[in-house]
Amino acid sequence: MPNRQDSLVESGETRHITAALTRSSAGTEDLRQLEAGLDSLQSDAARKARIDWSRILLPGAAIVVLIIFWQLYVSMGFKRQDLVPGPLDVVAQFGHLWAEGKLQEAVWTSLQRGLVGFLISVAIATPVGLLLAQVAPLRRAFGPLISGLQVLPSVAWVPAAIIWFGLTDATVYFVVFLGAIPSIINGLISGVDQIPPQYRSVGTVLGASRLQMALQIVLPAALPGYLGGLKQGWAFSWRSLMAAEIIAVGGTIGFGLGSLLDQGRVLSDMTVVMAAILLILAVGILIELLVFGPIEKRLLRRRGLLAGSTR
Amino acid sequence: MPVVLENLGKRFGEGAPVLDDVNATIGPGEFVALLGASGCGKSTLLNIMAGLEAPTSGALEVPSDGAAFMFQDAALFPWLTARENIELALRLRGVGKAERRVEADELLELVHLGGAGDKRPHELSGGMRQRVALARSLAQDRQLLLMDEPFAALDAITRDLLHDELERIWKETGRTIVFVTHNVREAVRLGQRVLLLSSRPGRVVREWHVSEEHRTDAGLAGQLTGEITARLREEIRRHAK
Repeated sequence: MPNRQDSLVESGETRHITAALTRSSAGTEDLRQLEAGLDSLQSDAARKARIDWSRILLPGAAIVVLIIFWQLYVSMGFKRQDLVPGPLDVVAQFGHLWAEGKLQEAVWTSLQRGLVGFLISVAIATPVGLLLAQVAPLRRAFGPLISGLQVLPSVAWVPAAIIWFGLTDATVYFVVFLGAIPSIINGLISGVDQIPPQYRSVGTVLGASRLQMALQIVLPAALPGYLGGLKQGWAFSWRSLMAAEIIAVGGTIGFGLGSLLDQGRVLSDMTVVMAAILLILAVGILIELLVFGPIEKRLLRRRGLLAGSTR
Repeated sequence: MPVVLENLGKRFGEGAPVLDDVNATIGPGEFVALLGASGCGKSTLLNIMAGLEAPTSGALEVPSDGAAFMFQDAALFPWLTARENIELALRLRGVGKAERRVEADELLELVHLGGAGDKRPHELSGGMRQRVALARSLAQDRQLLLMDEPFAALDAITRDLLHDELERIWKETGRTIVFVTHNVREAVRLGQRVLLLSSRPGRVVREWHVSEEHRTDAGLAGQLTGEITARLREEIRRHAK
């Protein structure tokens, strides 16, 4: 059955050629100009970044609405005021704690411990995670254990830690490590799993050694997943820290936010309890807004992954 | 001879061979188009030449320093700028820091992207990305350049221009190029020699020489394209049962 291409051979005609079969540009300069024209046609014009006020106003409005509801509920008087204090009572307690210097001490102690514990966890978890992700037998052996550790609430380690280390900072850090390290390792491993296989092929073709592959290709490629792991690792270390501080009070353990919360409970002072809870929450939100948010946004924007997201 | 393939065979596991008894010789500075229908093992053959896969039988001779490779999608690293992508190839080759910058800029200039060095891959068009990938593979500084359907995903206008561009760069740099494609026109446009690979198993069944006249005479090129297409279709028809 003769088709178009076959008849082309027989008649030797060239009328139906759809793509250029011969040189289509006249010399290097012409080619350079054509390419430059096409490049500018196919590239987006750079968009200018503006401050988007809705990012600040909307969350602000949400908080105001919640506080109004809180105040309304308290004003209706279903419960005794000392059991459910209103926003104004809690604000007064903040002022009190500030004047006593307790607020500053508690935030500083906890934040410092949380950050130090988190940074040490990162330093331990990163090489271990990279090793597990790159060496299959190790991953098979330890992968399930590490996933399991992530599921185990790190508070479960508090009694053991108190028996081993007593009421010292070591107890607090031990619990923080067991909370943060597994989730950072898992984040890094899942980040590595999502790397397009082609990146490794490119690395091989470019002649990367095992170490170069791990540090210059795998680690940067896995950065979005790794960052997710870091965020979760921070959340876990902050939670574990609070749990440890609430349970382990006294000894040489300093006065942190968890201790403040526990003190409020002992004194049956609901305003102190509420103030401590709000401070724990505020520190978490501030770290997200000031540290992880900007890093993540920058990372995604640089890789062109931000378009169309609701961030 | 940069590349000699002797009775090369490849099978995955216990399945039917993908490549069987492939014989070819590619001379220094030659531009060879490797043509075949889908599933004929062209990419496998290229991967074997690149050392990404091992053959199961036969022998092959490739340059001892390996080959540069260009993939179908640009496969640029999204966390690096265009220049940094090229610099990474230079760095993995062991080029010093000061020279890297100079050499990367020269390579960008060679692919006519002098002004786009600081852009990130997602800010570049498909054609620009492929040119950065070409510059990166040239940064490897290997005599042999293997290309796996590098222009298959581009629009026709861009592809025509990149054909001119690749021909120009090939002439300027004197590389030996093996170019895999399933596009007969592309094979005729670029190759000095077109090798047709049969499908299942892949084997070199026919080869054509493309002369300098074919580059300028559209009639002659069209005739050759028709002839190769007819032979390719014959090969495809064999599989209709």
